[in-house]
Amino acid sequence: MTPTHHPAEDFLVAYAAGTLPEASSLIVATHMALCPDCRAEVRRLEALGGALLADMPEAPVADDLLASIFAQLESPQPKVGPIGGDGGLGVAVARRPAKASARTVIPEPLRGYLGCDLDGVRWSKVIRGVDEVSVPCGPAGGGAGPKVRLMRIRAGTAMPRHTHGGSELTLVLSGGFSDETGHFLRGDFVATDGSVDHQPVADDDADCICLAVTDAPLRLTGPLGRLINPFVSF
Amino acid sequence: MDRKPTDQVEVDRLNALLLRVARQDRQAFVALFHHFAPRLKSFLQKMGADAGAAEEIIQDVMVSVWRRAESFDPTLATASTWIFAIARNRRIDRLRQERRPEVDPDDPALVPDPEDPADRALLLEEESERLHRAIRLLPPEQADLLRMAYFEDKAHSAIATERNLPLGTVKSRLRLALARLRKVLGEEQ
Ligand SMILES: [Zn+2]
Repeated sequence: MTPTHHPAEDFLVAYAAGTLPEASSLIVATHMALCPDCRAEVRRLEALGGALLADMPEAPVADDLLASIFAQLESPQPKVGPIGGDGGLGVAVARRPAKASARTVIPEPLRGYLGCDLDGVRWSKVIRGVDEVSVPCGPAGGGAGPKVRLMRIRAGTAMPRHTHGGSELTLVLSGGFSDETGHFLRGDFVATDGSVDHQPVADDDADCICLAVTDAPLRLTGPLGRLINPFVSF
Repeated sequence: MDRKPTDQVEVDRLNALLLRVARQDRQAFVALFHHFAPRLKSFLQKMGADAGAAEEIIQDVMVSVWRRAESFDPTLATASTWIFAIARNRRIDRLRQERRPEVDPDDPALVPDPEDPADRALLLEEESERLHRAIRLLPPEQADLLRMAYFEDKAHSAIATERNLPLGTVKSRLRLALARLRKVLGEEQ
């Protein structure tokens, strides 16, 4: 089954253009691994990038640029850095080794960021029924960026009611959840902004595993939430 | 009278050059350099690189073109698109110092494409031809916003401020431009 909730067009344009920040790109690309429709759309948008490049005016380059390029080509080839998969166009420099099998739950590129599949994740408890692990993403040491986390919400558990100071992007990887806006299953991509006060509830039949990218801390708004808010740094 | 449109002749010419580069043909490489380097320079400068940084990235890109040309597959992308994608990734690498998360087409967890790729090359050729034409036929204000959204590392809100347009107008013009292009490309594939 393919997902029914997709990233908005401007996410896909920014991803294809390379202007989307890394954390949002990670969640969009992981959705694409599960969504042939969005992969096809990004291929079209990359073709658009190619066509726009072909139409660019010509700016003069330094006379010795070609010579420098040949000089570099003649020098020994440096080791290539780890730059993820090649997205199907064959342009990335190298691919991270990633163990996987037909039973793999977490697709690339997220699996490479996590360093393991779901069974290798070391969870830490947030509140009863909710665990998380943070996903290292972005330039090393850059602590101000968005928070990227894998969340596990136990079957049937209701998350505390909350709003966001900024936006929250969620991608369901296993199980499903519902909130006031709909029911979301594996591959579904949900974007919420600060104005949404919602209470996601995991489906009864399985734990719900989600990737969440938040650019501001969640604010718990329910009666319980207000009580525990100061203690929980979501 | 089966003349191919000029855009398509150009696409074929560049693809052929890149395929020759895959066989280590230096002359073809020089021709590709003369075609793409000046376009890459204005593209990278439009995306916020200064002249020096732009030329460093062009050098990176052309070195990657030489070393990775054998992975170019004209049934997946045109030479322009392939080089655009390299330049985009090198730019993220060098200017933003971020990684670019990408789908791994060989990942067993990937949900595969439903389509049969047999006539992919033909579709791609038609698509790129229609795309070139469609971009030229866009109303200027849509084309302008499209280039800004695409090439300038700017949020829609920043474009709105710069063009002195309401955010809603920017979003709806972009949506119109993309809808037009999508219609031209056909969703049938
Ligand atoms: Zn999708």
